[in-house]
Amino acid sequence: MEYFVQQLINGLTLGAIYGLIAIGYTMVYGIIGMINFAHGDIFMVGAFIALIMFIFLLSIGLTFVPLALLIVLIISMAFTSVWGWTVERVAYRPLRESFRLAPLITAIGMSIVLQNFVQITQGARVKPLQPLITGGFEVMERDGFVVNLSYMQILIIVLTVVLMCVFTLIISRTSLGRAQRACEQDRVMAALSGVNVDRTISLTFVMGAALAAVAGVMYLLYYGVIDFYIGFIAGIKAFTAAVLGGIGSLPGAMLGGMIIGLIEVFWSAYFTIEYKDVAAFSMLALVLIFMPSGLLGRPEVEKV
Amino acid sequence: MSAPGAKDSILRVRHLTMRFGGLVAIDNLSFEAGRNDITALIGPNGAGKTTVFNCITGFYKPTEGMIQMTHGDGREYLLERLDDHVIARQARVARTFQNIRLFGGMTVLENLMVAQHNPLVHASRFAIAGLLGLSGFKKAEREAVERSKHWLEKIQLIDRADDPAADLPYGAQRRLEIARAMCMQPLLLCLDEPAAGLNPRESDQLNQLLLDIRKEEGIAILLIEHDMSVVMEISDHIAVLDYGVKISDGTPDFVRSDPHVIAAYLGVEDEEVA
Amino acid sequence: MAQSATSLSARLPEALKDAAIAAFISLALFAFIVGIRTVDDPGKLLLQPRPWLLAGAVGAVFVGRLLLNLFFWGGTHTQSAFAPLLAPLGRTFEKASPWLTPALVAFAVTLPFLPFTDRYILDVAIMVMTYIMLGWGLNVVVGLAGLLDLGYVAFYAVGAYSYALVATHFGLSFWVALPLAGLLAALWGIILGFPVLRLRGDYLAIVTLAFGEIIRIVLINWYSLTNGPDGITRIPRPTFFGLELTRRGEPSFHEFFGIPYSPMNRIIFLFYIILVLALITNFITTRLRRLPLGRAWEALREDEIACRSLGINTRNTKLSAFAIGAMFGGFAGSFFATRQGFISPESFTFIESAIILAIVVLGGMGSQIGVVIAAIVMIGGFELFRELEQYRMLMFGLAMVLIMIWRPRGLITSREPSVYLKERKAVSGELVQEGKG
Repeated sequence: MEYFVQQLINGLTLGAIYGLIAIGYTMVYGIIGMINFAHGDIFMVGAFIALIMFIFLLSIGLTFVPLALLIVLIISMAFTSVWGWTVERVAYRPLRESFRLAPLITAIGMSIVLQNFVQITQGARVKPLQPLITGGFEVMERDGFVVNLSYMQILIIVLTVVLMCVFTLIISRTSLGRAQRACEQDRVMAALSGVNVDRTISLTFVMGAALAAVAGVMYLLYYGVIDFYIGFIAGIKAFTAAVLGGIGSLPGAMLGGMIIGLIEVFWSAYFTIEYKDVAAFSMLALVLIFMPSGLLGRPEVEKV
Repeated sequence: MSAPGAKDSILRVRHLTMRFGGLVAIDNLSFEAGRNDITALIGPNGAGKTTVFNCITGFYKPTEGMIQMTHGDGREYLLERLDDHVIARQARVARTFQNIRLFGGMTVLENLMVAQHNPLVHASRFAIAGLLGLSGFKKAEREAVERSKHWLEKIQLIDRADDPAADLPYGAQRRLEIARAMCMQPLLLCLDEPAAGLNPRESDQLNQLLLDIRKEEGIAILLIEHDMSVVMEISDHIAVLDYGVKISDGTPDFVRSDPHVIAAYLGVEDEEVA
Repeated sequence: MAQSATSLSARLPEALKDAAIAAFISLALFAFIVGIRTVDDPGKLLLQPRPWLLAGAVGAVFVGRLLLNLFFWGGTHTQSAFAPLLAPLGRTFEKASPWLTPALVAFAVTLPFLPFTDRYILDVAIMVMTYIMLGWGLNVVVGLAGLLDLGYVAFYAVGAYSYALVATHFGLSFWVALPLAGLLAALWGIILGFPVLRLRGDYLAIVTLAFGEIIRIVLINWYSLTNGPDGITRIPRPTFFGLELTRRGEPSFHEFFGIPYSPMNRIIFLFYIILVLALITNFITTRLRRLPLGRAWEALREDEIACRSLGINTRNTKLSAFAIGAMFGGFAGSFFATRQGFISPESFTFIESAIILAIVVLGGMGSQIGVVIAAIVMIGGFELFRELEQYRMLMFGLAMVLIMIWRPRGLITSREPSVYLKERKAVSGELVQEGKG
């Protein structure tokens, strides 16, 4: 029981990170119908920017963690957004009305570019960061087994929930959100009714990248090590989460992220850690086969 | 109204109901199509006509009801239980689509060859005889080309056989889709608005083609149509649908003067009934 | 292009402004990633500022953008200046393909005996041929049937491991194991294909990617069978009708023919094996295209619903494409195993699938000759940058992006009809669908 609760906490924490990345996939897929393959690598870039910023702040003597965290979050979100914007502008926008496979290939190309670019500029070695947020609560204890809820985990979950609320509000209440939904429905009609489609799509990429940057910061703090390759696997899992929740749905992405996080953690805890990715990927296949529109997505009716 | 079961019917639709979630698209519809008849299914937009087609050809599984196809040799098929490709292959029902579905990047001839896929695959022994270039397959392929040529001449497209289907003008694409369906050698041909978008001359040609098909091939035609000049001129039998319910059924003369039909159409597009 | 008449000086302010914006954006991009390097120091990381590198990168963007603005884009840069250069190139290849194909085959056949050919060139040629074969195999699935498969490397892996395992455990020779490996890969194609056939487009892509990863993870972790990440070593080499191409073979090739031993013999032999395998792949694929099965693949790519209305069993048709594509991947995998003598899961990562898919798409979907050109350009070009080990993957990714932007439908876009009445007219690529599966 205690072991179960502990794994539940760990799973939700991991799921929150996946969920934040998944939102980027789901928004982009919703609006332009493509898998932004490079999104996982945007997350990786976000983690690297955060790493450099953390070390910089520590080296100038800023050791007050909440302030450092705030600065790092803002800087990482801002600069990662530029990467997200650039990727869309350079690799996707020229192909927007084109052949469907072309943007997928450029997306894979961008993913390769980002990985190797970071590998060249920052080196291939694993980059560690000393633990900044330590300690936590003992939730319960029995027979010497302690269930811990660390401050780190609280931070991740609270931050995720707050961001979720903010972004759901943006999508449902602001004119940007309306423009996004209009572009999802019909891009041509949206443009005819005065929506600036290019800007809306760019902003979608910026928002997705900003959330990926937050996920990057959390990943860095939670695991304490990053390398140039973390984006690939995390990206696939986050995409799985987006599909699982129902592509195009923000709460769905979060829910999917949580489920993938839980599956991964429980599989590692009760079965074999080696096959945790197999569990997540099998889940993806099963969901797509039996529930192609995901948990919270709209079912697609085949038009004859 | 013709008494059901009194004549030789190739298709019997009984108590067909189709629901999408809460929406009832077809409600307890029954009608029949005679073996060598041209049967028309008419009704205002959104009456559920295409849904009936999709149920007959297996693209939708009906919520309730029975669709029975009887071949001339007495073999029977319950279409609501079969997959779409089985309906096409075994029950021998061919169809066209409201928004033309040709293989646009393939040539006109290739479109007709794809329609003869099943006999050809069989002749090619699932590609093995074909790979080895055995003579049995070559003969079957020659026959398929001959059949394609026959239909291309009928629809006056023989000169464009080697052009991509997507390059044809609209009217020619409509004709090609009918020819492609006919290359399957069906017993029942379902046409979804074949005259849509045609000019009066093309519309006349279409009438002639359909009458020809019935006369020469001796098959049944079921068509959905808005163009009343086509419907009234060539149909032997008309069923009228409104909001998924059949409101009239009979000969063109009977339907034309049926007060229910006039009432259903008057509110929408009264000139179409004339 | 219309504005290229306006004088340079008139365009200069606008161009400067644009270049400045680009430079500013690149400053934001590079500030952290390029401008500061994390350096390992025992126990922690140190930061090493690299202002000059940053300045250089930003400056390069500024100058590059300025030059492009002034001399290539002529005021509007929605359409790249390079696209018009690539289009005639594609058309040239299309026109040349009747004689290009025999010329390439003749070149390939004589390559081992050409004066400039050395071991290195032959090694590269073997690699290029392997990718050509893989490209042709994937072309069946993606190019003809229009099914987007991002996990093709799984079948390559199945082929390689099948051969490696039966050869090391049961001592089966390459020639016996080859068809076996192909069949096993085809079987896996059907097993993996079956559940995902209802999926469309990107969903299919992501599930096939997941399957590819699952197979790789299983290969890594199923230690008792695959020896895990250490891989399988001492995989037997192929024999020439029972003759071994080694120095001390029993019986050995050079002694049988009374020629001096040379390690080149083996390389030449391997080259001919892959050449023959690739040509068989090409023969079968081009032949299948003209058969009802291949025509049904293409019809499926054009319009699946119309196919169903014509009585085509789309499930079996898709499965046959998956199985045949997988079989060719399996053959190529066996060859890879016997050529390397060593395989490990390292060789079957997602990036391999991406490279093979890129070759198919860059060459022009469905085009056999396009695959050849793309494989030569991408794999050969990749080899050219061998000196710049860590930069070449970056260049590869950039090339993928740029070629796609310049020519989204690939190099060869037109489609050859499978049957004709009077004359064979190529179908323009604009009309050909790419498939939704």
